[in-house]
Amino acid sequence: MLDRLVRFFTSLKLTVVLLALGTVLVFWGTIAQASLGLYKAQNEFFRSFFVFWQPASGGWRIPIYPGGYMIGGLLLINLFAAHIRYYQPGKRKIGVALIHLGVVLLLVGQFLTDYLSTESSMHIRNGGTKNYSEADRDFELAITDTSEAELDTVVTIPARRLVKLDEIAVPKLPFTLRVKKFFPNSVVTDQPAPMLDPVNTTAGFGGNFRWKELPHETTMSSRDTPAGIVEPVTPQGSLGTFLVSGLLTHPQEFVHDGRKFLMQLRPVRYYKPFSLHLVEFRHDKYAGTDIPKNFSSRVRVENAGNGDSREVLIKMNTPLRYAGDTFYQASFDPDNQGTVLQVVHNPSWLTPYFSCVLVSIGLLIQFLTHLFRFAAKRKTA
Amino acid sequence: MKTLFKLIPWFFLALFATEIIVVMLPKKDGALHTREFGRLPVLLGGRIQPFDSVARNTLLQIRSTGDVPLEQVPSWKFWHHPKKLKSTDWLLEAMFKPEVADTRPIFLIHHPDLISELKLGEKGVEKSGLRYYTFHELEPVLREINDQGNKAHAVEEAHQTTYQKQVAKLSNAVALYQRIKNSLQPEGTHDLTRLVADYQSALPAGLAAFRAQQNGEKADAVALKKFTDLAGQFENVANYAYPLTIPPANPEENRNAWANLGTSLLASIQSGEIHPAVNFFARMATAYGHDDAAEFNSAVAGYKTWLAPKFDKEVSKGRAEFYFNDVKAFLHATIIYIFALLLAAGALATYGLWPGFSESLRRSAFYLIALAFVVHTFGIIFRMVLEGRPPVTNLYSSAIFIGWGACVLGLVLERVYRIGLGSAVAGMAGFVTLLIAHNLALGGDTMEMLRAVLDTNFWLATHVVTVTIGYASTFVAGMLAIAYVLLGIFTPILSTPLGKPDAAGKITGDLNIGKALVRMVYGIVCFATLFSFVGTVLGGIWADQSWGRFWGWDPKENGALLIVLWNALILHARWGGLVRERGLMNLAIFGNIITAFSWFGVNMLGIGLHSYGFMEAGFVWLYYIFMPAQVALILLGLLPLNWWRSFREA
Repeated sequence: MLDRLVRFFTSLKLTVVLLALGTVLVFWGTIAQASLGLYKAQNEFFRSFFVFWQPASGGWRIPIYPGGYMIGGLLLINLFAAHIRYYQPGKRKIGVALIHLGVVLLLVGQFLTDYLSTESSMHIRNGGTKNYSEADRDFELAITDTSEAELDTVVTIPARRLVKLDEIAVPKLPFTLRVKKFFPNSVVTDQPAPMLDPVNTTAGFGGNFRWKELPHETTMSSRDTPAGIVEPVTPQGSLGTFLVSGLLTHPQEFVHDGRKFLMQLRPVRYYKPFSLHLVEFRHDKYAGTDIPKNFSSRVRVENAGNGDSREVLIKMNTPLRYAGDTFYQASFDPDNQGTVLQVVHNPSWLTPYFSCVLVSIGLLIQFLTHLFRFAAKRKTA
Repeated sequence: MKTLFKLIPWFFLALFATEIIVVMLPKKDGALHTREFGRLPVLLGGRIQPFDSVARNTLLQIRSTGDVPLEQVPSWKFWHHPKKLKSTDWLLEAMFKPEVADTRPIFLIHHPDLISELKLGEKGVEKSGLRYYTFHELEPVLREINDQGNKAHAVEEAHQTTYQKQVAKLSNAVALYQRIKNSLQPEGTHDLTRLVADYQSALPAGLAAFRAQQNGEKADAVALKKFTDLAGQFENVANYAYPLTIPPANPEENRNAWANLGTSLLASIQSGEIHPAVNFFARMATAYGHDDAAEFNSAVAGYKTWLAPKFDKEVSKGRAEFYFNDVKAFLHATIIYIFALLLAAGALATYGLWPGFSESLRRSAFYLIALAFVVHTFGIIFRMVLEGRPPVTNLYSSAIFIGWGACVLGLVLERVYRIGLGSAVAGMAGFVTLLIAHNLALGGDTMEMLRAVLDTNFWLATHVVTVTIGYASTFVAGMLAIAYVLLGIFTPILSTPLGKPDAAGKITGDLNIGKALVRMVYGIVCFATLFSFVGTVLGGIWADQSWGRFWGWDPKENGALLIVLWNALILHARWGGLVRERGLMNLAIFGNIITAFSWFGVNMLGIGLHSYGFMEAGFVWLYYIFMPAQVALILLGLLPLNWWRSFREA
């Protein structure tokens, strides 16, 4: 039994089957992007163990094809097993060993990236300073207790917790939150819009708004905007129902027990131990055209912790790497007066570099030995 | 006979080499020095280019050709070269004799619904099923074209119907043509020299009157009216001129501050001076309009002399690019490739039947491929120098480079196995890729400036070049595999033994053409794996440098990954003994589908960061002709062995 299992996992046949499955998966996942959008297709095809099929009716999810993690994981096992079983020390195999080591490193690195890396963005106006970045897709409900003069206390609840539509008790708050409604994507407006439904809230400024639930966004450039109605409930009773939405830039206010609270649904924030100050954003164009030649942000890094204060230029293909984060020039304000930096925290970012070197050397050794052997054979023939 | 066989290859080489040399030698100008004018530098699309490039790329966008044929020749008389209006001549006419240019059939419309919608059915000239119209013929329906064009432009490009695309293209072409006409003088001017002189003399009095009026004093109404009337004429030029023709007054300050003739003249209101270049262009315009060759030539020469000290770099760029346009290196390479392909096919067909003749043809093909390779390389290097960039910067140049890479591999294969297959592959690849490139060039300028993220010679030189070589080699493997299947099924050639005959004239050893092909395909797949893997990972590293992620499952990235996966699959299947010779060939043919999808197909999906162009006709070719053809070849390859002529038991 064990013997058969070993033979299965070490066989070249398995390699070929997995490569074929991988080819189909990548092709399918690419085509699917046209309808699902890049982000969703990535999650369904590549960052999953199975590709599911969901019949139109009923909540079924039937696994119909191995996903990226499954194929990648099996390939890893296959590689390891084969090397343990067949490895013989010596010059002849060193090329193959290096290639496979590089591939392993690449696959492991990508698994790690998927689990360990976070992406967020930092929007700074000219002359402005920020010490946090914001998540691109995830929202949080932030409740700020402003009762102390010196210090605001902020409590955040991830939006995915709100989806459950139940009552949430937060130890630091003197009330619980009852989530009455929650739309993962929505449109909210205070303009007259007969197509939308009125927002029925009893407190705050939600009553002037109309809204509607929307399906998930599928294109690269658009994002979901969640909205919901929450009700702070104290032991003495309800404080009213409030509208919260990712679109609202002003927080909802309410007072309980003489303490003033602010409540806002906002992109998840990642605070940094340092801050970036935008000196100048530049958007250069080629003479006489609208073709962008360069986007660049001159920023000053300020770190009170170690006394750092220096100016750097972030531009296309030249990111800033600082304190484990990497800042890329990602976008800009339409008036060219502000910049959007993509902030990536990825501890395993170096793995592809090593992998590339290993595999290149391995492939070169492998094919050059083939070539020399072939040339020698032809000479003697 | 033997001497003749020896001479034939040299004869072909000499014939084509002479043609190339004649093409490359400098040519004389006619009575009117229009070639000299065509070399003059202007700024358009963010880069310095000669008038000739402006003319050529504009005509490509309007008429889908670089020249305007002046007579109708039936297509079967292919040896008869019709008289042509060269690109620069057409540009001069459009700018300086618009009433003549309006009668040239240059507007290509080929959507039948659009032709009937605009009631153009009876008008225009037809050539090879395409209809061309003059501006005169379109004049009555200009408003309609504009309205329909605006409607079509309102629709996102990916969602436009064929009709909308055609309308949008036509309305762009009409607008472009009108901008060209107003580039160096207001349309309808007959004597620009006098107009500019009048403007200059009216300037002081007009300006004084204008200031007086502003200050509420008594103004000279006549002088003011004369001045504003004249300035008003130049406003059209200021607003619509296409290329920027007037060099900066202070190049030391900002070399890129080119202006068009209209804005330069209006700026004279501030400076009180007319830019010298304006006067030269005015002289050219008047002289051309009055067919005064001597004066035109002297104005062009005078302008050149004036430019020389301050704008030396721009002048030589204009000269060099004009030469490059004129030589048409890739066109000549294409012709040699197709000829070499025919010779190589002849060599293969007679292999073993008539050895002396076959060897003569094979040698001819090999020499011609080498010559085409030299011309092809010349073109690539010239382009690289003109652009100051690595060889591949856009889809157009990737096609040219894939052909070049395939040609290198073909030459190497031919050196190793002298049977004509390497030359045939090189000829086929060179011909097809240059044909694709030619069609991609119809969109206009192929040396456009690179958008910010691509503006990095390091990554263009490493990632883009390696991944493109990966494409080229995967295609070469696929083409060899196709040759294997076709030759194996329809001819007995694959079992022909290879090697030097011994004293008795018999060839010993078990190597035959079929086995040689297997070795070639295997070797090329190894090579392709190396380049596509390294290229793909380098691409990931570039993405990590510019977007912050190594891998984002973007369609273009996935396309490259597919090639790596497939090549790895072929190699592992071969090592594991899962496929033998025919299996290897069928897998390699499928590699063509994967590579074509990765190279072109993903651009047609119109999603992701990498999509740079949507090609309708290409879509049909790729998905309805190329891919089904590969599948058909694979099915052929699956036929049982006793159907194969090469392997049938005798």
